[in-house]
Amino acid sequence: MADLRYSEDHEWVRVEGDIAVIGISEYAQDQLGDVVFVELPEPGRAVAQGDEAAVVESVKAASEVYAPVSGEVVAVNDPLADDPGLVNREPTGGGWFLKVRMSDPDEVEALLDEPAYRNFVSTL
Amino acid sequence: MSDPESAPARPTPLTGLHRALGARMAPFAGYDMPIHYARGIIEEHLHTRSAASLFDVSHMGQLTIRGADRAEALEALVPGDIAGLAPGRMRYTVLTDEAGGILDDLIVTNVGDYLFVVVNAACKDADIAHMREALPGGCAVEELDRGLVALQGPQAAAVLARLAPGAEALPFMTAAPFEIDGARLAVTRSGYTGEDGFEISIPAGDTERIARMLLDRPEVEPAGLGARDTLRLEAGLCLYGQDIDRTTTPVEAGLAWTVGRRRRAEGGFPGARVILDQLASGPPRRRVGIRPDGRAPARAHTTIRAVGGAAIGEITSGSFGPSIGGPVAMGYVDARASEAGRAVEVVVRDRPLPARIAALPFVPHRYFTGKGG
Repeated sequence: MADLRYSEDHEWVRVEGDIAVIGISEYAQDQLGDVVFVELPEPGRAVAQGDEAAVVESVKAASEVYAPVSGEVVAVNDPLADDPGLVNREPTGGGWFLKVRMSDPDEVEALLDEPAYRNFVSTL
Repeated sequence: MSDPESAPARPTPLTGLHRALGARMAPFAGYDMPIHYARGIIEEHLHTRSAASLFDVSHMGQLTIRGADRAEALEALVPGDIAGLAPGRMRYTVLTDEAGGILDDLIVTNVGDYLFVVVNAACKDADIAHMREALPGGCAVEELDRGLVALQGPQAAAVLARLAPGAEALPFMTAAPFEIDGARLAVTRSGYTGEDGFEISIPAGDTERIARMLLDRPEVEPAGLGARDTLRLEAGLCLYGQDIDRTTTPVEAGLAWTVGRRRRAEGGFPGARVILDQLASGPPRRRVGIRPDGRAPARAHTTIRAVGGAAIGEITSGSFGPSIGGPVAMGYVDARASEAGRAVEVVVRDRPLPARIAALPFVPHRYFTGKGG
């Protein structure tokens, strides 16, 4: 699997050419508990780094998912509509949220790599 | 009320057990409480409806009221019929204020020599002060240092029967003393899930041992406050501080049944004028169930509006109902727009979503009345 980069808001990014695949981390899904609803953006929407891009709801509460990179939303993971539990079962695989065509690929470099994110989580 | 952010959370007699079981803990009403265990809220919820779950509810206040005229004295603070409560019987009631608002909801059991009262954790200090202030000098209110667990679910009676033979015969809303392994328990056939089950008051030092004996039964799994909340929501039961508070009356809340027949005729409880007037001519708003059409939960404080129109009310509790398999909620709407089946909209993140007013409970109660079977 390609390297994942992480934000301190617990989103991950996997770069495929000029596309960033975005989801939430294993730590985030574990903290949320059972995911029961995901609200995804319309393809075509422009998002800036740090913008609210999606909403994930567990039994307990609703949480925002922020865009870790800027660009245009080119795809969303439609199966999450009928099977939001994918986020719990495969947070960094089948439970991805959206794909963004990056306008500034350098933003990825500023995100945390796997060891740095693991280190960050251990301080929480 | 205490500020949960400022004071360190207090343990219950079971806090160590929760940690040993791998619970996700969080402060709740000043106590360090389990929100869920490893299997998660949905599985804990479904297990409660299909087998039996053990909940720690030791954060709740367990009080005794002693004194010659204790029942009559308590009737000055609640609209329930307490004087008519036979020994071994218990009743859900509310402490009201002069405006007819609700200060707390509570369960009162006539133990015989005294009243046993269970109140909400977040309200208990205020309730004790209120009772001590308002009850006559001959009445004494004391808080007990005991654990309280709830064993809930269709297999609860079979489980408890093996440890405390006879408990399975108690009808809903009755109480009796039992002994397990030398521990003296106060057992009630009651709960907050809509299922058959028991609440068991245990001396603090015996609570972990008894809890482990119950958890050792193959039918029983631990469940946390998360599942307790979704279970009570599906069962249409109010959570104090969300669905009822000083701004809601018992009549608006659908709790008119707690106002005893004799009390309706005699009055003599705080807010009687407002409450009796609402009983006669109807309340301005009513607590109802809300069933969003889609999958998005509509949470507390979500606006409820007429389709394409003006606001008619607000959601007070809303989540995902695991037994329903979709979002469920309750809230207050204008009484003229409160009939079950009416199409409404709930405004979630600024978008109106289709929903319907629904009858409560969402999941039928399955209490053991002692009749039949």
